[in-house]
Amino acid sequence: MDSALIPKGVQRCPLWQFLLILAVAGAVLLWGVYAMFLCWIKGLNQTNMNDYYGFALWIWADLAVIALGGGAFFSGFLKYVLGRDELKNIINYAVLLGFICYSSALLILAIDIGQPLRGWFIFWHANVHSMLTEVAFCLSCYFAVLSIEYLPLILENRQLAKVPFFHHLSHNMHKVMAVFAATGAFLSFFHQGSLGGVAGVLYGRPFAYREGVLVWPWTFFLFTWSAAAYGPCFTIFITRLTEYFTRKKLVKDNVIDLLAKISGWMMGTYIIAKIIDTIYWATVTAPAAGFRLMDFYSGNSFYGIWILLLELILGGVAPAALLLVPRWRANPRLLWVAISLAVVGVCVNRWVMVLQVMAVPVMPFDQWALYLPSWQEVATTILPVAYGVILVAISYRYLPIFPQEAELNPIEETVKA
Amino acid sequence: MKHKGKKKFGMVINLDKCTGCGTCMVACMSENNVPFKEDESDKLLSITWMRVYKLTNDEPFPHIEECFLPRPCMQCDGKHEGHPPCVSVCPAVATDYGFETGIVSQINTRCFGCRYCMAACPYHARYFNWWDPVWPKGMEKSLNPSVSVRTRGVVEKCSFCYHRYQKAMEKAYSDGRRDIAEDEYQTACTQACPAGAITFGDLNNPDHAVYKLKKHPHAFRLLERLQTNPKVYYLSSREWVRNKADNSIAGQSAATAGHHSS
Repeated sequence: MDSALIPKGVQRCPLWQFLLILAVAGAVLLWGVYAMFLCWIKGLNQTNMNDYYGFALWIWADLAVIALGGGAFFSGFLKYVLGRDELKNIINYAVLLGFICYSSALLILAIDIGQPLRGWFIFWHANVHSMLTEVAFCLSCYFAVLSIEYLPLILENRQLAKVPFFHHLSHNMHKVMAVFAATGAFLSFFHQGSLGGVAGVLYGRPFAYREGVLVWPWTFFLFTWSAAAYGPCFTIFITRLTEYFTRKKLVKDNVIDLLAKISGWMMGTYIIAKIIDTIYWATVTAPAAGFRLMDFYSGNSFYGIWILLLELILGGVAPAALLLVPRWRANPRLLWVAISLAVVGVCVNRWVMVLQVMAVPVMPFDQWALYLPSWQEVATTILPVAYGVILVAISYRYLPIFPQEAELNPIEETVKA
Repeated sequence: MKHKGKKKFGMVINLDKCTGCGTCMVACMSENNVPFKEDESDKLLSITWMRVYKLTNDEPFPHIEECFLPRPCMQCDGKHEGHPPCVSVCPAVATDYGFETGIVSQINTRCFGCRYCMAACPYHARYFNWWDPVWPKGMEKSLNPSVSVRTRGVVEKCSFCYHRYQKAMEKAYSDGRRDIAEDEYQTACTQACPAGAITFGDLNNPDHAVYKLKKHPHAFRLLERLQTNPKVYYLSSREWVRNKADNSIAGQSAATAGHHSS
């Protein structure tokens, strides 16, 4: 029924199956939209946040999706700026995932602020000293860049490409894409860093505070580095997941291997820097504020030292090692383990830099504060996942996302089989 | 812009005198139109610009001792004067440091509720309006016309009753004066405290009581090591109380002594 819209040379599932996927994801999306409107209409009393947890699940989700979406800027940087041409076979998907992640982050922020109608104040009354201001500016600009990067892909749809203007626009945009990719990389280096700076500058919160260079705490550099390291893993993770669900090979192994190898090197160097940062913080920065390392990991029922080990060892050293050794990287199962651990690792890092910062008591006579999100917070956090599934499903069905798909899955052979 | 020669309002709270009666909290809420709900049992959702904490020395009976510690906004100077933890983080300049008075302001109509300032404040002195303020019928008539009520979705905090400073200055100007006397500007909590535990004034003015009190050997501030440089001082003759004011690890000397930079 919709075959005229499907790219040439590839096969897609029957329309009813596609619609069923959209219906299921759509139902989840509607649940999230309902919760979103509850928050907008009734206010943030719909959440389980409180005066100790001003930042909670949403800010974590924001930081996490932006780190995971880092695959877009770093893949673009590698392909267009450093000239790793093999990555052209995965860059479309990286851009799409980046677009989903960043649009989700903006949506979550719009729900998270207490007065959404005043959201524009951050641009109009901008405080240039605030890390959040830079986040807002760079995030918005980079989202515009991602939209520009995604647009030519939409215009490559079989029917849209028949319109000469769209065809030429898409062609010409592709030719100048290096400029946008470089702009995107530049913006990302800053806003990823600023997101790290958001926690790192909090000198009233010894768990988060880090020294640094000039106005940038070490977390500024660590966040950019980790986004570049872990973002590509998420791109590979979702690519593999898409291959699993479509039961097709969509990207050649050499492309995945290259991205995984670069990710491994970035992660390996990052985790060394992160461990050095942790040691310095535990032995110098925190003690200067009167805290021992274990003060941050004891005296409560949830945050034990396990979370630090999970982040550094299981979520950092282990995936980096698995990705750095060619033999392990080439093993599909170990690659799965590596990219899964990497996704967990970066999410845990963002979690502790938001939630644990809020949980740790600073005044000696104060107590740990733990928090469980309300269903409205959970629903609005799952909303972007459902939205992402829908956008991936539609884009995969109607747009030539994977340039190698037709070659890897010849239709004739499928029919014979 | 240097603060030298300017006013720097601050508070000295004598914990030996504080009985924990909570009058300061009530006076503050009444003076500043602080909203409240029917159920205020969850203190993580209560707006208390002034909050009284109960400290204990963690000793078993009969050696156990208690102390009540009223905590308004500390009006921090910050690591560098004019850089309290909360001010530089606000993305919309909705909170600012007043170099004329040393008071950290909160511009309610500018705040869009990102709550970054709350994350930055180690004293939990900032509160979010999770609900719209609803006053019991008739009570809206007793609201203080000098203080605007806040809407849902914005952050608020103690202002050292800044409207009282403005009124006092207006009166002084209308009388042909350019300055105010110590007793012309006092916060609501200071005046309400039945034990006289709170002293308020200009920390830079040698004629004001707080100027001398802050130099008392028993004076200390909360979390000195963080270098937030608060303008709220405490007095206690009990060492364990002074030690409770800051975190310290074995081998570290108490940071509460000899760090009075004001």
